[in-house]
Amino acid sequence: MTRVWIAVVIIGAATVALKAAGPVLLGGRELPARVRALVGLLAPALLAALVVTQTLASDRHVVVDARLAGVAAAAATLRLRAPILVAVAVAAAVTAAIRAL
Amino acid sequence: MPIGIAVLLFGVSFGLLARSVGMGRVAPIVMSATTFAGSAQFAAASILHAGGTAAAAILAAVLLNVRYAPISISVADLFGGAAPKRLVQSQLIVDESWALAARGGGRFDRDLLLGAGLLLYPCWVGGTALGVLGGGLLGDPARLGLDAAFPALFLALLVPQLAGRHALAAAVAAAAIALALVPVAPPGIPIVASSAACLIGWRRR
Repeated sequence: MTRVWIAVVIIGAATVALKAAGPVLLGGRELPARVRALVGLLAPALLAALVVTQTLASDRHVVVDARLAGVAAAAATLRLRAPILVAVAVAAAVTAAIRAL
Repeated sequence: MPIGIAVLLFGVSFGLLARSVGMGRVAPIVMSATTFAGSAQFAAASILHAGGTAAAAILAAVLLNVRYAPISISVADLFGGAAPKRLVQSQLIVDESWALAARGGGRFDRDLLLGAGLLLYPCWVGGTALGVLGGGLLGDPARLGLDAAFPALFLALLVPQLAGRHALAAAVAAAAIALALVPVAPPGIPIVASSAACLIGWRRR
C-alpha cells in the first residue's frame, strides 16, 4: 500500500471510532444533569476554538493574514442578519480580493 | 439548505487540493466517504503533499478529530437501538450537523442532527468527486479565499449558540485557550483543550 492509502484507511477507521464512541458505548442513556450542563457549553466552546484557529493559525504560528479580513467581513454581514451562505461567500471574496492585490 | 451548498463547495475544494497534491482520483473520494470531517482531511492532504510520512498525516488528522469523542458523548442519549445501527448513525455526526442540532442547555435535536448529516454527507462526498474529476477548472482553493470560508461558516454556526452569559464566557475562554496553545501544541490539540472552557458551567451551577 502507498502512504496515501495507509493514511486514508487509518484516518478513516480512527474517525469512525471517535464518532461512534458516545453513541455505541453510552447509546440511549441519559447524561447526568451536571454533565449535561457542561455539554451545553461544548458547542459554543468548540465552535469558537475552530473559528480562531482556522482564522489565525498556520501550523504552529499565529498569523494575521487575509483570512482575518475575510472572517471579519463575514462577522459584519452576520451582524446585519445576512444568510449563512452570504457570510461564507463574503469571507471568501474579501480574502481572495486581498490576496489578489 | 444553504450549509449544504457551502459543504458541497468545501468538498470541491478538498477534491481539488487532494488531486493537486497527488493523492490520485480514488483515495480522496474514499477518504471523504469514510472520514467525513473537513479539517482533518485538509490537514492530512497538506502533510502528504509536503512530503510528510503517513504517520505524520495520521497523527495530525486524528488529533484534529479527537474533538469527536466529547461531541459524540454529548449526543449519545439520542441514539437507541442495536449497536451496529448506532455505529452507522453516529457517522452522520459532523461539526455542522452537531451545531445545527444544538438546542442549548446541552439538549440536541435528534431529527436535525441525523437529517442535516444525511444531507451534508452526499454534498461532501459528491463535492469531493467533482473537485477530483473537474480539477484544474477552478484553480487554487487559497486563491479563491476558500480557507477563510471555513471559519466564516463556523462563526455563522457559533452566533446562535451565544445565547446567555455562560455560553458567551465559554466561547471567549475557549478562543483564548486555543489561541494560546497554537504556538506550543500540534494542530488539533488547541481545539480539544479549549473544551475545558465548559468547566465554567460546572463552577457556576
